[in-house]
Amino acid sequence: MSLINYSSREINCKIVYYGPGLCGKTTNLLYIHEKLPHDIKGKMVSLATDTDRTLFFDFLPLELGTVNGFKTRFHLYTVPGQVHYDASRKLILKGVDGIVFVVDSQRNRFDENIESFENMKKNLQLQGYRLENIPYIVQYNKRDLPNCSPVEQLEAAINREQVPCFESIATTGIGVFDSLRAISKLVIAHLSRQTAR
Amino acid sequence: MPGMELVLFEEDYTNINEILATLVRETNSKFSLLVDRSGQLISSQGDTENMDSLSFASLSAGNYAATSELAKILGQEEFSVLFHQGTNESIHLSVVAKRVILVVVFDNKTTLGLVRLRVKKAVEELSAIFNRIFQKVAERAFETPSPLGDTFSSVAESEIDNLFKD
Repeated sequence: MSLINYSSREINCKIVYYGPGLCGKTTNLLYIHEKLPHDIKGKMVSLATDTDRTLFFDFLPLELGTVNGFKTRFHLYTVPGQVHYDASRKLILKGVDGIVFVVDSQRNRFDENIESFENMKKNLQLQGYRLENIPYIVQYNKRDLPNCSPVEQLEAAINREQVPCFESIATTGIGVFDSLRAISKLVIAHLSRQTAR
Repeated sequence: MPGMELVLFEEDYTNINEILATLVRETNSKFSLLVDRSGQLISSQGDTENMDSLSFASLSAGNYAATSELAKILGQEEFSVLFHQGTNESIHLSVVAKRVILVVVFDNKTTLGLVRLRVKKAVEELSAIFNRIFQKVAERAFETPSPLGDTFSSVAESEIDNLFKD
């Protein structure tokens, strides 16, 4: 649910990185935070456990600048991936405008990815949304690891809707900005269509 | 309606800001924020200069969301008010029209009683405004056919390409 303020001329959109535990959601945000200049990014907030596992969410505000007179911002969030944090995960989806579903490409994590994708659909429904109405992309992460499933196999299992997908190595940044650009554009296009109705 | 965007126009926004400013002044609070339940900052009044408002808004919404779920587990519909007491500064959160959170931060220049009293009045006034806004958005009652401008999408896309890169 984007916020459009015609008085202060601001638009805020919420993008959520979703996926199974340890798939690289926080690593995506850390890389983005590290690489972007200060005038674009705000402070990154992480609610994590002592062992750096996301407990509630990470938050990173990005400012696109002024577009047609509107100060346009993207707020990036991650969900906690671990199965037992489902109650928290559901809350982060509130008001979501776009989703990056991050897949852990390792063979031994295949089932966790599918479970997480199904969990995302269920949690969206609990918030009153349907995945088909929300812009989303799929990111196949950890492509540098030796035990990866082939992308075709992951596509067949997860990306049946054939939404845009990207291979990534979030630790070194490969594919991170490709994913961010793609989801940002989808969100903007969706917003333009909505407001033009 | 879920997924519905929140659209604010000049008149409503001015009224909202006036209510917040009055609340801060009458309670002698430090500042007040209005936050959408998804974590987006709608407006702020008072001394927020040295404070990260965006993070504060996002954490307030997270805090409120977690507490609402606790309420559900207990079989309560919602805790409509939250209060965090600090040694010097305290935070008072209350829900407005089910979708917006009013946050007031105050120190020992005022009292919790006064804050609660004035917040109650502000919540009533803000609820009336937000219910009207939600109604307008639901009915698509605003007139401009493409209020962001026809070129918004293409300009935004080129900015995205320009800025979001290694």
